[in-house]
Order: sequence, then structure tokens, then C-alpha cells
Amino acid sequence: MLIEIRQKAFQPLTEIEAYERAFLSPGKFGATASFVGTMRDYNDGESVQGMTLEHYPGMTEKHLKIICDTALERWTIVDVLLLHRVGKIDIGDPIVLVAVWTAHRGDAFDACRFIMEDLKSKAPFWKKESVNSGERWVENNTDGYAENNEQEAIK
Amino acid sequence: MSIKVKFFARMRDEAGIGDGEVDFKEGISTAEVWTTLVKNTDFPESVMIAVNMEYVSGEVELKDGDEVAFFPPVTGG
Repeated sequence: MLIEIRQKAFQPLTEIEAYERAFLSPGKFGATASFVGTMRDYNDGESVQGMTLEHYPGMTEKHLKIICDTALERWTIVDVLLLHRVGKIDIGDPIVLVAVWTAHRGDAFDACRFIMEDLKSKAPFWKKESVNSGERWVENNTDGYAENNEQEAIK
Repeated sequence: MSIKVKFFARMRDEAGIGDGEVDFKEGISTAEVWTTLVKNTDFPESVMIAVNMEYVSGEVELKDGDEVAFFPPVTGG
């Protein structure tokens, strides 16, 4: 398992490929699910020029580890890769990457979604957007992972 | 007793003060740290609080050497 806070831009597919080559054995997994969150140029009806992502050093890493450990307890997982940007984010930059390797697709899809939703509701990161009128903190929080596949309400 | 106090994101803007290590009376609570340090500002309703990097809810009594952090709901991902 690898969890990293990154100050610089990364390429998600390159990261997945490099991690898989370095740490996973061919034949030992049958499914890989990944999620990439990417910086949009709009939010809440306004044009957005960029963003700064703040975190709580120490607490953020600790809680990302708790989230991934919880997923490892709930599902049968071969490995997990989690990268999250902080600092100045440009439009189109990947913000977060979650990749989960498992034997079967169900565990991969569910664990990937769980890690992402738990991260969005619990990991201490805060977004500050640059918009035409200046800067604004993003306020919209999410409720976390919804059991029983009731995910429709989550953006 | 000595308490490390941290503010993040909008709560840092609202508090208007930086992080620091502050001496308080024994038995001070998380909310009292805010009201002691942040003058003329009500304790914010939407604040989240962590003590020693663990989330806490309600008022929690602090111990010497604790780290308390005030921040708004998280918005990562």
C-alpha cells in the first residue's frame, strides 16, 4: 500500500503502471479499479481559474491510512495506491488518484468508491478556488460512503 | 499547561491569528481555547475540532501537551 501527499502534478496512468510494475505480481490480481479526480474550470455556476489545496500535515496522512486500512478489512484487496495533491492546482491537474487491485471486480469497484467517499468526508483537506471576484473557500461537504449502493445522490 | 493550537482554512481567516503554543489554566476545554484566543467572535457552529489529530465532538477537556486544531468541514478529493 502506498499513500502519498504530492506537492507537484502527477500523471495518474503513469503512476498506476509504475506502481503495478514495482509492487504487484502478474497473475496475483484479476481486477483493477481506479478513480481520478481532476481540477475543473467551473464550480457552483462560476468560472474557476485555479485552486490551492491546504491540508493538516500529519493528521491528513494518518486519516488516509485509517481509511485504506478500513477498506482492507472490509474487502479482499491485493493492494492500494492513493495519491493526493496539495498546494497550487492548475486547471486540468489530477487532484486525487485511488487505485485498488483485487481478485474480482466487485471488491475493486466497491473498495475504490469507499476510499474516495470516505476521503471526501473525513480527510482534512480544504480547497480555495480562484474566481473572477477573488478567492473563495469551497464549502460543500459530502456525507461519505453510502451503504446498499445508494450512491446516486453523491456528486 | 501548554497547548499547541492550530487553525486551518476558513477558521484561520475567522480567528485572525496564527498557530502557536499557549499556556492555559488546567482543565481548559476545546471551546474555551477558541473563546480565550479569538476575541469578539462567537464559537463557530460549523467548526470541526481535532485533538492530537483525532476528531472530537462537543467540548473536550484538554491535557498538558495536547494539540488542538480548529477547521471547517473538509473538502478534499
